[in-house]
Amino acid sequence: MNMIVIAILSVTTIAAILAAVLCIASRVMAVEVDERLQTIKDCLPGSNCGACGYPGCEGYAVALLSGDGIGANLCPPGGAVLVAQLSEILGVTAENVAQSIAVVRCMGDRDAQQTKMEYKGIETCKAAKQLFGGAGACAFGCMGYGDCQVVCPSDAVCMENGLARISPARCTGCTLCVKACPNQLITMESTSIATAVLCNTIEKGAIVRKKCSYGCIACGKCVRECPSNSIIMKHNLAQIDYETCTGCGRCVEVCITHCIQPLRPIQEPVAMESEATLV
Amino acid sequence: MAPHRKHTAGCTPLAIPVPAEVHIPMSMHSGAPANLIVGVGDSVTVGQLIGEAATRVCSPVHASVSGQIKRIDTYDPLTGAPAVSVRIASDGEQTLWEGLTPSPVTNLAEFLAAVQASGVVGLGGAGYPTAPKLTLKEGTKLDYILINGAECEPYITSDTRTMVDHTADVWAGALLLKEYLGPKNVVICIENNKPEAIQKLEALCAGVQGMRVHVLPSLYPQGERKVLVYNVTGRIVPEGARLTDVGCIVINCTTVAVIAQYIRTGLPLVSRCVTVDGSAVKHPQNVIAPIGTPIRNLFEFCGGLKDDVKKIILGGPMMGAAVPSLDVPVVKVTSAILALSGRDAEAPTPSACIKCGRCVAQCPMNLMPSFIEDAFERKKVELLRTHKVNLCVECGCCAYLCPSKRPLAQVMTLSKKLLWGE
Repeated sequence: MNMIVIAILSVTTIAAILAAVLCIASRVMAVEVDERLQTIKDCLPGSNCGACGYPGCEGYAVALLSGDGIGANLCPPGGAVLVAQLSEILGVTAENVAQSIAVVRCMGDRDAQQTKMEYKGIETCKAAKQLFGGAGACAFGCMGYGDCQVVCPSDAVCMENGLARISPARCTGCTLCVKACPNQLITMESTSIATAVLCNTIEKGAIVRKKCSYGCIACGKCVRECPSNSIIMKHNLAQIDYETCTGCGRCVEVCITHCIQPLRPIQEPVAMESEATLV
Repeated sequence: MAPHRKHTAGCTPLAIPVPAEVHIPMSMHSGAPANLIVGVGDSVTVGQLIGEAATRVCSPVHASVSGQIKRIDTYDPLTGAPAVSVRIASDGEQTLWEGLTPSPVTNLAEFLAAVQASGVVGLGGAGYPTAPKLTLKEGTKLDYILINGAECEPYITSDTRTMVDHTADVWAGALLLKEYLGPKNVVICIENNKPEAIQKLEALCAGVQGMRVHVLPSLYPQGERKVLVYNVTGRIVPEGARLTDVGCIVINCTTVAVIAQYIRTGLPLVSRCVTVDGSAVKHPQNVIAPIGTPIRNLFEFCGGLKDDVKKIILGGPMMGAAVPSLDVPVVKVTSAILALSGRDAEAPTPSACIKCGRCVAQCPMNLMPSFIEDAFERKKVELLRTHKVNLCVECGCCAYLCPSKRPLAQVMTLSKKLLWGE
């Protein structure tokens, strides 16, 4: 009996001493965690897409709280709503959020683009690119194996007749598809732009004509006709300067090969179809 | 054992008629493309320099026909960025450039300069410029120079023909390497399915100190440089080390012959022996074609293609690549072109991995392709690093042996790119 009492007492004493040590240690060596961290993490989308430039959503949350003046507008998927929330939590004024969407700079689907060979290898764009730049005649265009579709976390990409189409309604602007495309065919553009040159080739017009019916042949008609002189011809490809572009749509009207397209009407109906195919 | 299909081993190469136009890329080697030094309309003659070496790891390019520069074009290589190329309209005369003079060498610096000026690159297929390869770091102790005449890939016999028809050049080149680089041994490595070449070179080696012929079993990928070093010297090249770190240099036998030929005659690398074979070629044979000749001309010379041609491969069946057009030019490293039909050209349908381990058992680098494929599919870069996919030599044995016909070789290439973040 006596032995049991001694045992209980000694174990209890040891426990009490250790508890005291732990209490003191937790006070002295405490790591201060900003209680806002959890709140911010809850606000962020949590898809860890990396568009902000930090390793995942947690990385961005930590960076925001680090006090280095990191902008609260770096998360494109969160959009304006998130910026407002973050600004409130951090006590800063809400900055403008640059909403952007991904645009595929190619219209060369299987009907438009000639093929130069029959490709029977691994069906990803990265693999096809290894072999003379894919089966399509144009080495700059969409290969149509859907590497961008695989990485898209918001199901915004659909492959249609060998061409990637992005639904602006679903695109959150995370830029994962931009990194996935081996032809660097997808670019991020502001949602406010009206028209875009949907071609990526830098080859001469005569060669482009043989390869794709939608390719930019660098005829320069858009450059001449643009009322605000916003279009330049660089590397055999029309480029629109969005700083001065008024969105009048004149270039769309005059483009012979229809590679300059109004962004909204061309992509909106596709968005609906994409939903239909995805179901 | 798989067939070696060396049908053309007995065919002495014939020179094809001078093509009407050649398409010479400035980038036929690894490293930076050469700088073009001629313009449209210029007249050029055979052996005239048209592309100057831009950097240290670069090789000069010479005109392979006499005629006029017709157009500056771009050449779309299999991989990598498109490079500048020239199209030369041939006048059919094949006038030699008047600047061609034999360049006898007396010391190492002169020898290396001659190697560089000859425009020679690793003609076995690697395409690494030979001069920077032979430029050794100070203090390198060289025990072996292995002259690679293994030619283990099926179909290809162009190296065999070089060793048989230009034995004197191979021998002279070997002696030059021995004299100026000073290795203890020069070993000419030949697979045992080339008895004629072995006999000729063994006769020359007899009684010469430090020169010998090493006869290897005919087994792909015997000619892979690390495999060759191990099989001949027993030395293992550690990861990240160069061959010179273990005291070895491996150099292709045709490369050696071209060096000797340049020093003897002054004619740089302007044409090469190409094996034209495959089930869709009417008369398979070896031909000598000027660099830049469209492969169409080579097939026409060999009686044309059969109607059921399905696939054209530049290089051998194991490491070569299918090409999309017959206008692709013969470049410095093109040792064979194959036209396949019927069953030879069929793309196998892959099925699930059955974990038989044949790929693991046969990998010359002792890698585990099935595990690497799994890591690649799950995009696990760290796992790829653990499995050392960077050591893969892309010989294609794993894909060839796979009973489930999985595209393992292609996956290896993609895995390397994933590992290196490309």
